[in-house]
Order: sequence, then C-alpha cells, then structure tokens
Amino acid sequence: MAEFTLPANSRVMKGKTFKAPAGATRIKKFKVYRYDPDSGENPRVDIYEIDLDQCGPMVLDALIKIKNEIDSTLTFRRSCREGVCGSCAMNIDGTNTLACIKDIADIRGDAAIYPLPHMGVIKDLVPDLTQAYAQYTSIKPWLQADTPAPPNKERLQSPDERAELDGLWECVLCFSCSTSCPSYWWNSDRYLGPAALLQAYRWIADSRDEYTGERLDDLEDPFRLYRCHTIMNCTNTCPKGLNPAKAIGKIKQKMVERR
Amino acid sequence: MATDNRPLSPHLQVYRWQITMAMSILHRLTGVGLAVGALVLTYWLNAAAYGYDAFATAQSILGSWIGILLLIGWTFALFYHLCNGIRHLVWDAGRGFEISQARASGITVIVVSIVLTVLTWAVIWAG
Repeated sequence: MAEFTLPANSRVMKGKTFKAPAGATRIKKFKVYRYDPDSGENPRVDIYEIDLDQCGPMVLDALIKIKNEIDSTLTFRRSCREGVCGSCAMNIDGTNTLACIKDIADIRGDAAIYPLPHMGVIKDLVPDLTQAYAQYTSIKPWLQADTPAPPNKERLQSPDERAELDGLWECVLCFSCSTSCPSYWWNSDRYLGPAALLQAYRWIADSRDEYTGERLDDLEDPFRLYRCHTIMNCTNTCPKGLNPAKAIGKIKQKMVERR
Repeated sequence: MATDNRPLSPHLQVYRWQITMAMSILHRLTGVGLAVGALVLTYWLNAAAYGYDAFATAQSILGSWIGILLLIGWTFALFYHLCNGIRHLVWDAGRGFEISQARASGITVIVVSIVLTVLTWAVIWAG
C-alpha cells in the first residue's frame, strides 16, 4: 500500500556541518544522508563544504574526498569508478544515477545525496538490495534450452537476432530504475520492478532461449508485470541510457500476441 | 546486526518531479474525480425525473459559482483522462517510449485538454 510519508524511525534530522578549509575558493555544499545503525538515532543530513579546485570532477570523487579527508565514517558502495559495475547507485540531485559518472558541474546549487529511494538503509548511502536481487533471481536470468548445444560449437545467432539484445544486455543491475518507480515504492513486495523486468525481456528476446512461453507464464500476473503504469521514471533515470519502460511494453505486447 | 528496524530511505520527499511522473498521478486523480462526477451526473438526471422542485434545487446548486467551478474541473478531468487514455493506448501498441516522445506526447495531452475545456465552455456560454 502506498504510504506517502516516512515512518517515525526514518524521519531525517538536521546533522553536522563541516566547513571548508580557510582559503578555499570554489566551495560547493554536499548534503549527504547519514544513518548509523549502532547509534539508535534517526537518519540525519550532514553538510560537507568542498573546495572544487581540490576535488575530482565526479560526485564519487567528492564522496571519496569526504571519506579520505573529512569524515572516515561515511559509508557507500563503489568499485569500478567508470559506470560499469553499478555499485555506486544513489539519489543525487533528485534522481537516481551512478555517482561515478555524475558530473558535479551538472548539479545546480547544493548537491543533495541520498540512498536509493524507498529502500531499507543498512548504513549511510548503502541500501539493502536483498529483495531486488531475489526478484532478479526469480526471472531465471540464464539461457534455458532443451536442445543440446552443437558439439564443439556455440549456439549461433544471426546479426539481426543478436541486435534484438542491444539496449538490454548493457544493464549493470544498479537498480536506479526500480527504486525510481513509484509503483515499485508502493508494491515492491509483489511488483518485480523495471530492472528485473528489463532482464526478463532480455531472455524473452533471446533467439537461443526455448522457454519464452514459461517465462511469459511466470510474468502473467496483476502485480509482477502489470503494476507498471508507464510512469517513465525508470527510463528517465537510467544512468546507462536504457529503456526499461519500452522493454516492459514489449512484454505486455507478447502477452497479447500469444492469445 | 538487527535488520528489522532499518529506516526507509526518503522517496517522494527527495525525488525530483518530472512531467511524465506528474501526468501519471494526474491521470489517477482525474479518474477518481470522474467517478465522483458520475455520481453528480446521476443526481442531476434523477432530480430531473423526480420533479420540478428537485430539479430547480439541482440547477441552483450546479449553477452557483462553486458548482460551475466544479463543472469546469470535471470537464478538464474528462478531456485530460480521455486524451491521456489515448496516449496510453499508443504505448500499449508499443510506440512512443523514447523520452523525447513521452515528453512531447505529454505536453500535447495537456495543451489539447485545456483547449477542449475552454472550447466547451465557450460554446456553453455563447449558446
């Protein structure tokens, strides 16, 4: 059910302010969501003043600078720092994206940084993705075929068949899209969300997969698939420029076509 | 570590409003509004069937400035829900999913429903 306000333990309090060092010329304020599970206190927003002349260009550079030089307790996930691992997904300046490929210069005014929306928070900017991964597992993201592969050869595809997978395989499973979706916010217990559905379509669209019918059977459900109301937040927010809304639309079309 | 008492991260409180998102919730709101409007319409028809006095009361309620304001609101709700419903049909046909298309179709729906509302009331007041 839709709950528009935050529960009492989740209301965000005012936090501390860390002033920029004297002599800083190009100061930007980073307002960062903080939550310490050991303190028992509500989450808060700490303000860090950063001298952009002493900082790399991306939001992740600023976060690493804060952790290294100002406040080592700040916790976030990161790995590749070039937009291919999907670890540093968070809500920056109002939309979800990867901190490593989000240019600080693209943020007007103060930079507000929150964890992915409507998720349980483990610590600071680290959300609990257990359920999202379980939903991904539920769509069986692997090739299913009864026909054995030809001996000593791959299962071949024509260039056209392979092109069907473009815009689908590039997903890095950062869950920016699912956590941008109001429908997923209100129904994440039963709606699979755009990330899992984009991947479901990736296997439905694969010419080598022989379980399309079973895959569609699994999705034919008022909640798992049809909670998508084409709100388009997923496509608007995807840091890789993919189009989950379109993929979900194609699944819906397949449902009609097979009747 | 306890996992059941984790705070919920902010959602509506921090998410940046976008035209596609706002139009989606407006579609839902106008749908609910039209359901209420259908009740008002049946009240008006019932009053007409009931007799002169009842119909005169209904006319005076709906003809008051607040009644007319509500009727203008319902006219817009009808046209918006209709036009946006057609937009949804196009999506269901597998078209218009690019961000630029969704934005353009959204603006078109808003403009067309405002124009149709103004036209309708211009005709009513002119006639």
